[in-house]
Amino acid sequence: MIEEVRDMPNRIIFATSAIGMALGLSSLTALPVASQVTNTAAGYDLPRMPDGHPDLQGIYDLATMTPLERLPGDPPFLTKERAVALQSAEAARRAKDNEPSPANRPAPPVGGDTSPPKSFFEALEKAGGGAVGGYNRFWLNQGSAYTEVVGQIRTSIVVDPPDGRVPPYNEAARKRIAAARATPASTAHERQDGTAQPPGALDNVEQRPLSERCLLGFGSTSGPPALPDYFYNDLHQIVQTPNAIMILTEMVHDARIVRMDAQHLPKSIRRWMGDSVGHWEGDTLVIDTTNFTDKTRFRGSTENLHVTERLTRVDDKTLLYRFSVEDPDAWDRPWTGEYTWPATSKPIYEYACHEGNYALASVLRGARRQEAEEAAAQAR
Amino acid sequence: MKKIPRGLKNISAAALILVVGVAPLAGQEYRAPRGADGKPDLNGIWQALNEANYDLEAHVARPAMALRTGPYGPVPAAAILALGAVGAVPPSLGVVEGGEIPYKPEAVARRKQNQQDWLNLDPEIKCYLPGVPRATYMPYPFQILQNASALTFVYEYAGAVRNIFLENPGPAPADSWMGQSVGRWEGDTLVIDVTDLNDQTWFDRAGNFHTDKLHVVERYTRTSPDVISYEATIEDPNVFTRPWKISMPLYRRQEKNAQLLDFKCVEFVEELLYGRYRKHPLNE
Repeated sequence: MIEEVRDMPNRIIFATSAIGMALGLSSLTALPVASQVTNTAAGYDLPRMPDGHPDLQGIYDLATMTPLERLPGDPPFLTKERAVALQSAEAARRAKDNEPSPANRPAPPVGGDTSPPKSFFEALEKAGGGAVGGYNRFWLNQGSAYTEVVGQIRTSIVVDPPDGRVPPYNEAARKRIAAARATPASTAHERQDGTAQPPGALDNVEQRPLSERCLLGFGSTSGPPALPDYFYNDLHQIVQTPNAIMILTEMVHDARIVRMDAQHLPKSIRRWMGDSVGHWEGDTLVIDTTNFTDKTRFRGSTENLHVTERLTRVDDKTLLYRFSVEDPDAWDRPWTGEYTWPATSKPIYEYACHEGNYALASVLRGARRQEAEEAAAQAR
Repeated sequence: MKKIPRGLKNISAAALILVVGVAPLAGQEYRAPRGADGKPDLNGIWQALNEANYDLEAHVARPAMALRTGPYGPVPAAAILALGAVGAVPPSLGVVEGGEIPYKPEAVARRKQNQQDWLNLDPEIKCYLPGVPRATYMPYPFQILQNASALTFVYEYAGAVRNIFLENPGPAPADSWMGQSVGRWEGDTLVIDVTDLNDQTWFDRAGNFHTDKLHVVERYTRTSPDVISYEATIEDPNVFTRPWKISMPLYRRQEKNAQLLDFKCVEFVEELLYGRYRKHPLNE
């Protein structure tokens, strides 16, 4: 169900600025786009590992209010005042959600709440829970601030193309996605138009989204590229040794181990999160990932996905994460994103997804039950 | 009723020492390479090379993990008959110090039931997280990532992960499959105290089990460039009459390109767990 949120970016028709106007706030101020973002803060004495490389270790909370793609109508950056106002408005919305429900509240409308969402997060929550509602506020742990890179408060993680949007699919991808829609196979995230379950999507377990099957977390939380999932469990941990650097994703406890100064695996060995090899460019950790499975399908890409990530320590509490994505079978040009990973003191607890996955069997059983009831009704 | 051969019940202490004594005893002569903090360097990819995951206790080979009564003794259960010799259980002198796990009398029946209903009950069959200590001697490699401020174990099987706290964070908020691990050094031995484990995991495919009162203390000591001597003391007052201990060497994977690969077995058990809910179930 939550997988549906991957469909959202292209459905969202309001902009942060529109929300701002609805809230009676002043207009947004655009700043010039930084052509090249510098890394470590000036004068900052980088902590280093015994091998001399920067110490990137820690637990990081990737949750942010900045969407992957800029909402139509938004400028690239927000002023500090605007960001604070929007963050306060979102905090107030969440606080209201947390209030006890009145005991005498009326039943929800038949068919659920189909009123248009009024903010980015409200839209995501409605997409995730459907009209009847999903998790209530207790379960959500979303970002409370926009990502800020070299003093710019960003309205999108995507920085190239400059419009802050993932490039359109090329012809090959459009054909592939149309075909996938006709015969769903864990490709719910390819339904960029946000249509309802395609026919047959409940026929077989392999047709359910990877996150429903506990094979990967949703929203490319594991990556690469590792993205905020905009709902919960956004923690990542880095443990660093000279030969191997681990990036642990909280959701589905996926540990990606980056082999340093190593060769990629043979093309015949495909991995769910790809094969990651790393090297240092000065004080930046550069990770090159290829050899994805044809089931991983990051945003409609293929097994030819190639991701380059760059991690830099900005200060004691912050890493800068930059990534470039290319797949000639999906996009005619590479695209790039960046956002900060703020450190957190929160520990990562076990995310035993498969072990408690009662929903997956129930979803399929429910479909079989529905079919049986429909067949019985037809026979009458 | 069928009787599953439990194998050698009274293995001699001398034979056991032969088994567990493959690696030199901890602390003898060998001095491991050090990290920057002066602690022995455990970084690398390690794997047990034994039959412990089949059965911690000493046992002779048997036709299969799941058996049925045949006219002249046990034969493989119908559900796994087609596996032939691939499904057989290799023999072992066992890894339990003293030879036998000290079950309380009432717990023995539960183990027997686990064995008889192994196909339905062993959490490994469903690709569930293995728990501790079973993760250590699953037939898959695991990787230790260690430095002065962080210690993490990553297991190839099911992508299980353990963060080893180097400072005790206090009791865990909830029990979990892999438990809460707190590490400390006793001389050159890494000692990991594992608590807050749930009651869902087993010790092996032979139905050896525990409850949520399980407490495991692991000891990792490098005894040669390519060997870690591993010990685990296991306590569970609900099931055992006293604490007991397993020990085994863990070997460094020697391949130049040794690395963990994907064993996301969740996908592999979907037909078992959900196949019956297909719109068109596959033919038997």
